[in-house]
Amino acid sequence: MEERWSTEHVLSLAPDPASLKAAGKLSGPAPWSGTGTGRGALWGLCKGSGSTPYRTAVELGTPAYKCSCPSRKFPCKHALGLLLLWAAGPAAVADGAAPPDWVEEWLDGRGRAAADKAAKQRAKSDADPEGARKRAARRASRVAGGARELRLRLADGVRRGLADPLPAGAWEEVAARMVDAQAGGLASRVRVLAEAPQDELLEEYAMLHLLAGAYDRVDTLPEALAATVRARVGFTTDTAELLAGPTVRDRWHVLGSRDTADDRLTTRRVWLRGAKTGRQALLLAFGRPGQAPDLALPTGRLLEADLAYHPGARPLRAVLGARYGSPDPAPAAAPAGLTPAGALAEYGAAVAEDPWLDGWPTVLADVVPVRTPDGWQLTDGTHSLPVRRGALPEPALWRLVAVSAGHPVTLFGECGHRGFAPVTAWDAEHRAVPLG
Amino acid sequence: MTAPTLAPADDWAELQGAALLGTDRRPLPEARTPLAAAVDRADPAGALLDLAAVAAVRRRAGALPAPAVEPPAPAPDDPRPALPEAAARRLAVLLGTRSGQGTTANLAELLPQWLAAARAHGYRLPPAVVPALLDTARARSELRSDAVTLAGPLGRWLAPHNPDWKYVSRTAGEQDVLAQPGELLWQEGLFAERVTHLTRLRRTDPAAGLALLASTWSTERAEDRVLFLDSLQDGLSAADEEFLEAALSDRSKNVRATAAELLSTLPGSALATRMAERAGRAVRLDGDRLHVTPPAACDAAMQRDGIPVKSPTGRGERAWWFGEVVAGAPLDRWTAETGLTPEQLLALPTVDSPDGGGAEWAEDLREAWARAAVRQQDAVWARALLGTPPRPGRDTRAPGAPAKLLSVLPPAERASWTAAFVQTHGLGDAFQLLGACATPWTPPLSTAVVAALKRAAELGSYPWSHSGVLGMTERALAPETAPAVEALAADTAPDTAWSDTFTRLAGTLRFRQAMLAELE
Repeated sequence: MEERWSTEHVLSLAPDPASLKAAGKLSGPAPWSGTGTGRGALWGLCKGSGSTPYRTAVELGTPAYKCSCPSRKFPCKHALGLLLLWAAGPAAVADGAAPPDWVEEWLDGRGRAAADKAAKQRAKSDADPEGARKRAARRASRVAGGARELRLRLADGVRRGLADPLPAGAWEEVAARMVDAQAGGLASRVRVLAEAPQDELLEEYAMLHLLAGAYDRVDTLPEALAATVRARVGFTTDTAELLAGPTVRDRWHVLGSRDTADDRLTTRRVWLRGAKTGRQALLLAFGRPGQAPDLALPTGRLLEADLAYHPGARPLRAVLGARYGSPDPAPAAAPAGLTPAGALAEYGAAVAEDPWLDGWPTVLADVVPVRTPDGWQLTDGTHSLPVRRGALPEPALWRLVAVSAGHPVTLFGECGHRGFAPVTAWDAEHRAVPLG
Repeated sequence: MTAPTLAPADDWAELQGAALLGTDRRPLPEARTPLAAAVDRADPAGALLDLAAVAAVRRRAGALPAPAVEPPAPAPDDPRPALPEAAARRLAVLLGTRSGQGTTANLAELLPQWLAAARAHGYRLPPAVVPALLDTARARSELRSDAVTLAGPLGRWLAPHNPDWKYVSRTAGEQDVLAQPGELLWQEGLFAERVTHLTRLRRTDPAAGLALLASTWSTERAEDRVLFLDSLQDGLSAADEEFLEAALSDRSKNVRATAAELLSTLPGSALATRMAERAGRAVRLDGDRLHVTPPAACDAAMQRDGIPVKSPTGRGERAWWFGEVVAGAPLDRWTAETGLTPEQLLALPTVDSPDGGGAEWAEDLREAWARAAVRQQDAVWARALLGTPPRPGRDTRAPGAPAKLLSVLPPAERASWTAAFVQTHGLGDAFQLLGACATPWTPPLSTAVVAALKRAAELGSYPWSHSGVLGMTERALAPETAPAVEALAADTAPDTAWSDTFTRLAGTLRFRQAMLAELE
């Protein structure tokens, strides 16, 4: 039996506000019949405008959705409505029922598809090792070309002087060339550079110059640092390949989750900390517009699972492997944390290993948020850390202040050179409060 | 850089200066650290970027925290029991706190009920929702009293920090009666704050409220005097009479009229006695008839007692004065003088001359008695005046505004009268009557309304012609009615406006039922 999800959690899956609104109307029992949950799935029939009700099913583990409605939203309002109904309590959807045939078929089909995909993957990587090596060499040389060109552009800028503004679109053109060179990481840093305020410009130039230069001699770097450089330049590592390597099994405390969206992509970041190993991890999931990222873990809970880390000088990003059971139903206690001074020292240590880190996931213990004329500060009575400007929208900051009510709180977020970006606070009753 | 205090002075400013003007114009700064000294200076631009990278990483890795800032005094403890988890999730949905989540119209209708119910239970809200609640109540002032009470000590602690929440200190919560320095507020506060303060004071200490008002009375503006006088309605007693009598000589006509109205509701006041005498001269029991002699003139004494000389409605002057006199007289005098019950009095015919004419006065008399019953909050008279709900086909509408008379009756009686009305008349004229009933509606009233909706659907009228009543049903229908509404939704032809209406209504009722159950 799957742990019932919280309403909050279901709402976080909605692809857009319109879906959420529509799903709210379907969250009562009235339009539903034949609902049930079992075999890790949830299903029901939803009365729509037509004569045949829609068949809606959710596979809760992944999660995955199926609905006979014509909507292209994903998950659709029916799936969300069904999840909301289920989240509302046991009265609404009965537990432990046997799935009807159409749900069984879908679940079986999903199982077969997953097995096929894994088999194909194996076949592909075994098929042509020589060809794969050649392709990789070709790409490495294109990226190197891009990185060299970028260094020249950066040096040109400094030679002329940064006070001399570049023509509009100049950096966009450079970013496009980096994309052509298959160096996506460089391209996105170039876009950040184009937006940077004057007083941060030299730093952005310098860090980008450092990265492009590091790639130029990536083969001479220590292995872990070389992996960091490759990842930051834009090389990706295949998830299946990672999971085939060493994994870390632990009871992972879900410290927080944050979505960011641009017009092409919604990115979800989920931060974890191992209860046994104390290691931190960052999981990323992506969704196209109109589609929520499919990774949803409940903040403040513990989850037993395998993680595989992306290689790097300061491993953080990871992928989720096997999960053992559902997240603990009871919220975990607030995590142990650092002082502001300790947090900056920890960030410093991380930067020493990976100089391009803008922030490091950090739990602060016993800090009070204070509004000052220079912005918000987090103080422990000895020192204070600024809240990074723009890290939280105004309502979220007020939530943080309300949770604290002038008392010290435990706070999770990213600690970096521009300040602390809060993600989750723990209230007096040790409940995790997402701030974003 | 904007950030934490950094490692002691480094060469950053020099590097930045060179970068801004360009290495073509500026020399490369000297290296200050061993690592910087290792930088190849052959190409000045590349070397400057190398030096800047070394310095930037050094600054980041060596960042130090700033000195402590002074935290505010913490919020006082809130001893109320915590809101149940499920109810807390519900509130988050009602407030739409998830970023970008809009609330649907019926959720907006349900929020006030949720707040009132949670307030009645005396719960403490999870702190994280308090800011969203204060934001919502800022835009919807009808929610403020409940919101501020529920937000409790935390809300009052938060409010001064955010200019958007200024209203909190001006809203009367439950716990903070007289907690503020009242004298100062009265002297310097905004008008709304002063009215709130006076109203609160009248509820706890009417004499102190009167004294406060009297202390500044002569310097208040006329339009403010009227509204201040209105707040004396709370805790009105003989102790206020002298002040109100004096107000009968006020410069402002509206102040005089308000004072007269208040005095007329004060049993045994001199004005009520004067009105009773005038009413006695105007209506006399003559055998089994009421003999009406309307006032011949509106003399100075009548004018001082708040009766305008000119009829605002254009009715005959004598009829107008007559109505004012009867409406201002204590109702008790009629039963005491005649020994008859209100029902018996209402059944009597009227005459105004020996030849038996003047039956039309009966209607004036009933209207005036209805006004008196509302003003004096007299349930016995209101009941008699309303009678049984008018039967179909007969145009014997209840005197005065029935909705106003209804509001004088106890809630259960209001509901059953309205239910009977809806059963015979449908919903067409029931809007104001339903509005006068306490929510949630009693099961019999709810059943009557659902039955009336069913008839309206069967008769082929359009849901939107009942939109006022339908909006009210979403707020007020008893949760027990949900299965009946669901059955209606199932029975109605699919894809019609009525089927959508009933489906939405059933959904709202279920939502409301669940929402209220979570608060238990």
